[in-house]
Amino acid sequence: MLRAVSRPALIAVAAGGAIGALARHGLNVAFPTVPGSFDLATFIANTVGGLLIGVLMITVTEVAPGLSMIRPFVGVGILGGFTTFSTYIVDIGRAANAGATALAVVYAFATMAAALLAAAFGMYATRRLLVRSRA
Amino acid sequence: MTLLLIATGAAVGAPARFLTDLVVAHYAGRFLPWGTLVVNVFGSGLAVFLVVAVADPGWSALLVTGFCGALTTYSTLSYETLRLVEDGRWHHALWNVAANLAGGLGAGLLGFGLAHLIAG
Repeated sequence: MLRAVSRPALIAVAAGGAIGALARHGLNVAFPTVPGSFDLATFIANTVGGLLIGVLMITVTEVAPGLSMIRPFVGVGILGGFTTFSTYIVDIGRAANAGATALAVVYAFATMAAALLAAAFGMYATRRLLVRSRA
Repeated sequence: MTLLLIATGAAVGAPARFLTDLVVAHYAGRFLPWGTLVVNVFGSGLAVFLVVAVADPGWSALLVTGFCGALTTYSTLSYETLRLVEDGRWHHALWNVAANLAGGLGAGLLGFGLAHLIAG
């Protein structure tokens, strides 16, 4: 099944992933995590990434379905590289390991809720603004 | 140098996620988003293992921030969960969130234990 994968799409995913990860690193530098406190940088990355994937997916599936390289480059690459599940789990584990159980639980559920709400809002707003105006 | 290491790790991690998703979907179908679950669980376990076992900041930038960070994804998890909600499949949406969280934490515990076993 992998023979069907186009080389340009793979390159777009790799380049986008590198760009997204560097942007995430920029957030880590801008909002350094104090050990034992809420990891604001990763929270922002995962929430903003949720908002943008909502906008992007409605755009490529319902507004302009012809843009074939946008989804691998921006969706799978940039937003996939920008958001991270592994750092989220590392953060929860660090807080729990340090005895800060409340912080671990709050961070885990706050991220999940914020990312889902942001993505839902991105999808809703894009449909309202773009899909309806074309109808 | 840190930037180059992060970019290199992510340039491998993101296509690895893309290809894993295709392979997993080929065998498991797309009724449930198994591909994202696989990369998120595996990437979380590997990241916790590396955080405990690897102290060097260069290796950490390449493998943890770059590779594991880009191998795993929160944006696709959010979108796929909302697609399940939009299809009226609330139970599957809840299952998806719970499976990623529980699977990631379980794999993290495993990585934590393995790293301490090796590091002593």
